[in-house]
Amino acid sequence: MPKSKTEIVMDKKSIDRAVTRISHEILEKNDGAESLVIIGILTRGADIAKRIASRIKEIERVEVQVGLMDINLYRDDVHHKLDQPIIQRTEILFDVVDRNLILVDDVLFTGRTIRAALDQIIDFGRPRSIQLAVLIDRGHRELPIRPDYVGKNIPTSKDDRVLVRLLERDEVEFVLVEKSGLKPKKKNSAKKKVKKIKKAGGGGKAK
Amino acid sequence: MKLQSRHLLGLEGVTADEISLILDTAESFREIIERPIKKVPTLRGITVLNLFYEPSTRTKISFELAEKRLSADTITFTTSTSSVKKGETLKDTVRNIEAMKINMVVVRHSSSGVPYFLTQCLDSNIINAGDGSHEHPTQALLDLFTIRQKYGKLEGLRVVLIGDVKHSRVVRSNIWGLKTMGVSVAVCGPSTLLPYEVEKFGVDVYTDLDKAIDGADVVNIMRIQLERQQSGLLASQREYTNLFGMTAERLKLLNKNYTVMHPGPMNRGVEITPEVADGKASVVLEQVTNGQAVRMAVLYLLSGKWEEEE
Repeated sequence: MPKSKTEIVMDKKSIDRAVTRISHEILEKNDGAESLVIIGILTRGADIAKRIASRIKEIERVEVQVGLMDINLYRDDVHHKLDQPIIQRTEILFDVVDRNLILVDDVLFTGRTIRAALDQIIDFGRPRSIQLAVLIDRGHRELPIRPDYVGKNIPTSKDDRVLVRLLERDEVEFVLVEKSGLKPKKKNSAKKKVKKIKKAGGGGKAK
Repeated sequence: MKLQSRHLLGLEGVTADEISLILDTAESFREIIERPIKKVPTLRGITVLNLFYEPSTRTKISFELAEKRLSADTITFTTSTSSVKKGETLKDTVRNIEAMKINMVVVRHSSSGVPYFLTQCLDSNIINAGDGSHEHPTQALLDLFTIRQKYGKLEGLRVVLIGDVKHSRVVRSNIWGLKTMGVSVAVCGPSTLLPYEVEKFGVDVYTDLDKAIDGADVVNIMRIQLERQQSGLLASQREYTNLFGMTAERLKLLNKNYTVMHPGPMNRGVEITPEVADGKASVVLEQVTNGQAVRMAVLYLLSGKWEEEE
């Protein structure tokens, strides 16, 4: 097999399995779904949050409330960047006080996003606990934050790029890693690869 | 997507994309003011000066709250308690305050062009909170926001701006903003209070209120300044009320799902009857709430890092 600069590390099936496993782990740890609320970080964390909620409903027949959160207003670098991030709507239409709150994101990297999300959650109330579920943990934390539920651990170097694509907004579904060491001369090869896979019309095959 | 300018001096020349960006951002901020803790840490470390050379209730409090909800540090300067009374010039005043390290200035002044003047002598971002009879951009933005909130769109609607078209900065900013967003605009007022060649704004001009509002969706009623009577522009207050006062009877001429707006402060019984002001089509208080979200959006969008000019 030729060595490629980009590598697909999860396909649709393995993402599905990871979400199912995480849902079971959440239920096991929290002794059912009654105390739970789920908050997903926009945009793809929110997609995964909704999937976890619907999986929990299939398993336990309990409807868990799902909220969406834009963390950009809580970032520590807002006015250091030239482009202000577009602020999306935060929708937490329930009380978080005394609930076991599952915070969901797609990729866990430096931990700064999660720090911002934790600050924001505390402004909404005091949950009994906050637990973190991520699809991918790629390491390189800059803050003392660790996930409670992980879809897949992927060893990366700091300059690698991890791309998550989900059917809800991307037509295709997979997780892809672009290696920095083998970085091609052309930029955006990862984006090109996404296009190529879209053309082939599928989820790609995991290795 | 970002704004073209690091200042907001008016809506003249602001593109439809920029206005949409501000309104969409305000939509997200609108939710924050309904939260139990109405505060986000976004503008931590930014200091905003509110420079009010003219009295104001709504705009001043609205800006102050918007700044506080974004965690900015704020100072509010009103001329009555300052060294302006000792004759200090505007330029000296603002340069001295800027020397205490501020980042943004919100300015209200009775002379048109003061916000522009401040961009020439300060490094801060300048936001116009009303200058003379020039513009009041955040008021027009909150009017647009309120209309869009109710109808889900702006394009294709008909809005009538009623009152002192000549002196009103709210009218001027509304015309620019509404026209840019594809709204059909009419102005209506006594001919002494209509500026020369006002039709060049691309608006329909009326001196007969019933004709102006026939088939319109929104009436935005301006405050009539009673001082205008002394300068001879109005014959009498009673005549104005008879010809241009908004009554429940007149509202029947509007489209079914009509809206009544007023930027405040209202002269109840002069340009608007209490019945209309408090009626179910009145969104006057909704305008005030939305104003905060719109001002938060403007502060946020201007607060980013900007490349050095020239």
